[in-house]
Amino acid sequence: MSLYKNSGLLVMAVTIYLVRAMPLALLRKEIRSPFIRSFLYYVPYVSLSVMTFPAILSATTSFLSGLAGFLAGVLLAWVDGNLFRVSIGACVMVFLVELIL
Amino acid sequence: MKHEREECSTKKGERSREGKNTYEAGAWFFLGMKAGIPIGMGYFAVAFTLGIAARKAGLNVLQSGFMSAAMLASAGQFAGINALASGAGYLEMIVAEIVVNLRYLLMSSALSQKVMRDKPFFHRFLMAYGVTDEIFAVSMGVEGRLHPSYMYGAIATAMPGWVLGTLLGALLGMILPSRAMSAMSVALYGMFLAIVIPPSKKNPIIAGVVIVSMTASTIFSLAPVLSRISSGFQIILLTILVAGAAAILFPVKEEEEEKHESL
Repeated sequence: MSLYKNSGLLVMAVTIYLVRAMPLALLRKEIRSPFIRSFLYYVPYVSLSVMTFPAILSATTSFLSGLAGFLAGVLLAWVDGNLFRVSIGACVMVFLVELIL
Repeated sequence: MKHEREECSTKKGERSREGKNTYEAGAWFFLGMKAGIPIGMGYFAVAFTLGIAARKAGLNVLQSGFMSAAMLASAGQFAGINALASGAGYLEMIVAEIVVNLRYLLMSSALSQKVMRDKPFFHRFLMAYGVTDEIFAVSMGVEGRLHPSYMYGAIATAMPGWVLGTLLGALLGMILPSRAMSAMSVALYGMFLAIVIPPSKKNPIIAGVVIVSMTASTIFSLAPVLSRISSGFQIILLTILVAGAAAILFPVKEEEEEKHESL
């Protein structure tokens, strides 16, 4: 079990390094294909959205506090946008809602 | 840093020329360190929750710390923890890491155009380690060409925050009150929201993509057959489908891309 985890960690670390290093090493010229450029442009928004929702609803001890954390995060990100203030704000909201529940 | 040590040990005869380079590299390094401090502080808080998540998934403290030091990626590690916890195969891990971190491919591409042309090629392999959303953002914010030492400086102050936060989270997470743990489990999601929501405000197409993505993943998690697909592959499938459809329906114009890359 530990072998599985250690080798899994290593495999993933090497993969992520290669993802970062390949363009820096190989990309002397720009990618020209409009489709690939557009696809790469949309990828972060899709993958982060997919990972966040609905997973956030089951991350906390209750559905309601998860929902409150999500709404607080969306609202804060909309008005403020600072990575860490949004993050902490969502946590505080979950904490407050769970105090009431 | 190896770079600087080499320069310091050059022969006396070459000192005047090399001395100037050392100064230049040092100044860039210092600037990078300054930019990295607030990043490191923020990383600390978020990594703490990552350490908790890693422990929950059955990783020990050392493995959690190693993971953070070696991967330096919030979403990537998050997906990795999920993959390990669900007993995913190695191929699934590789594909999941590639897809979840595809944005780094884009960021590294942008950096490859930004870095100073006269610096030795090996710098590109060292810089690659530090390509994260935040370090990328400050590096692209530099005026003109980027000196590799700027990135090394930012890594030097930001990365320890990430690793220490993970270690402490993994160590102390278990003895923390359950209320606090529950609250902190949304920290990473908050960070993800802070990346996808602000651009949605300015660009209705991105807003649409975000809404469609969240709706589609909700369908995937509820629908009888689809919900049996592992979460790693759900991310991969949905990313390729939704981003692919968006790329066909709404091809991005060059100026929009520029805006995105200089976030």
